[in-house]
Amino acid sequence: MIYYLCFVIFLIGLYGVCCKKNIVKIILGLWIMEYSVNLFLILLGYRKNGIAPILRRGDNIAEFSQKAVDPLPQALVLTSIVIGLGVLALMVTVAIRLYQRYGTFDITEMRKLKG
Amino acid sequence: MEIIIGILLVFMIIGSIISLETKDLLSAIIAIVPVGYFCGIIYLFLGAPDIAITQMVVEVLSLIILIRATIRRDLTTIEEERDFFGLITTFAFIFVFFIFSMEALRYLPPFGTPSFTLNNNSPSNRYLMNGLKETGAANIVSAIILDYRGYDTLGEATILFTSILGALAILRIYARKRSKNE
Amino acid sequence: MQGKGVKMNEEKGMSLIVKTVTRWLKGFIFLFGAYIVVYGHLSPGGGFPGGVVFAATFILITLAFGREYALRKIGKILASELDSLGALLFLLIALLGIYYGGTFFLNFIEKNHPTGNFNLFSAGIIPLCQISIGMKVGASLFMIFIILSVVRVVFVDGKGKLITTEKKDKK
Repeated sequence: MIYYLCFVIFLIGLYGVCCKKNIVKIILGLWIMEYSVNLFLILLGYRKNGIAPILRRGDNIAEFSQKAVDPLPQALVLTSIVIGLGVLALMVTVAIRLYQRYGTFDITEMRKLKG
Repeated sequence: MEIIIGILLVFMIIGSIISLETKDLLSAIIAIVPVGYFCGIIYLFLGAPDIAITQMVVEVLSLIILIRATIRRDLTTIEEERDFFGLITTFAFIFVFFIFSMEALRYLPPFGTPSFTLNNNSPSNRYLMNGLKETGAANIVSAIILDYRGYDTLGEATILFTSILGALAILRIYARKRSKNE
Repeated sequence: MQGKGVKMNEEKGMSLIVKTVTRWLKGFIFLFGAYIVVYGHLSPGGGFPGGVVFAATFILITLAFGREYALRKIGKILASELDSLGALLFLLIALLGIYYGGTFFLNFIEKNHPTGNFNLFSAGIIPLCQISIGMKVGASLFMIFIILSVVRVVFVDGKGKLITTEKKDKK
């Protein structure tokens, strides 16, 4: 059930990319899709009543490995979030350049004004 | 636990729909912030504190960058004509996609029993059991990204470098060269 | 108010309250970022969120005091050099693994240190890599913010000829 809700967020982002005419709304749709994909990867690794995969002093390791959540998707999502920020900065610079070139954020106008 | 996560996900859905549908660009950018904020809280409930810290801080910086792009112009409201054919096509495609995904998501293990608990030889089990002994780090996630999978981190650092370089190359001020020729 | 040798320019940046609070808080925020980076192998965090908090410190200074003051403290060239230095240091630590043990990224510093496992000086090369990644991410994100804020608006008319190169209001 929770997987379906997460996928609905992805579809809303997809609707934002496909149907909207403003560049900023398209960027927001892509950003929503990033949220949903990262959330889905962490949802895959959740163990019921699990604890975070961080050891404390005096912990029993065998018992810890029976209770901890999956550390592998967390390691991948950690870098993915920061890289998403870098890609967002790149998209925003492209939007700024397009505004300077055409004077509008509307993508249908950009097809009409050539050169 | 599932109910709390479900309620927060419903709030995220409402927030993202509001953000995409509103006519004012400033409201759209501000409405995307609670989506990320609830996402960070969900990460805390799922036992991922490093990801929660990262998500919250990246949320703040993304708000600053997005506002920087749009708010210094005088164009903040937009009018859109509805393009009905494109809208119907997109909705039909999204509906079909959702039907197929319901079939695919059925094969996932149920929420709460991840696949590494069903198999004793999976890499996550090995990292959890031998992480402290082989790397000496108490935070298993740090041990994975910098010792077991360090090469991937090198690739990620390269991607960050390249994207910043690309953004710098696009925003170079080119006016100086043109005015020399005229 | 001139006691610290900083000329407080009232026109640039934000109001006096914001400037005063920033002057008090910027050291603590920087310390928090350094704590997240350095204790990455013992508590949640690591290089990536710590680097983003570093960038947030400098962005706060830029927003509160104006662009010129922040660029006097950390220039564009220094930020770009720190960025490249972080990436090269990370690569150097990885290559030293080849020199010491034979494989790329080998954890060559002694791991089971006599002082124990849950201390600051444990876990081999991991804290050094965290510091270099924190430097890299922080400098990158600060640089992208500076570039976004110094872009000049250039107007081009229908034939592609430059009208003006100054920041102007649109008609």
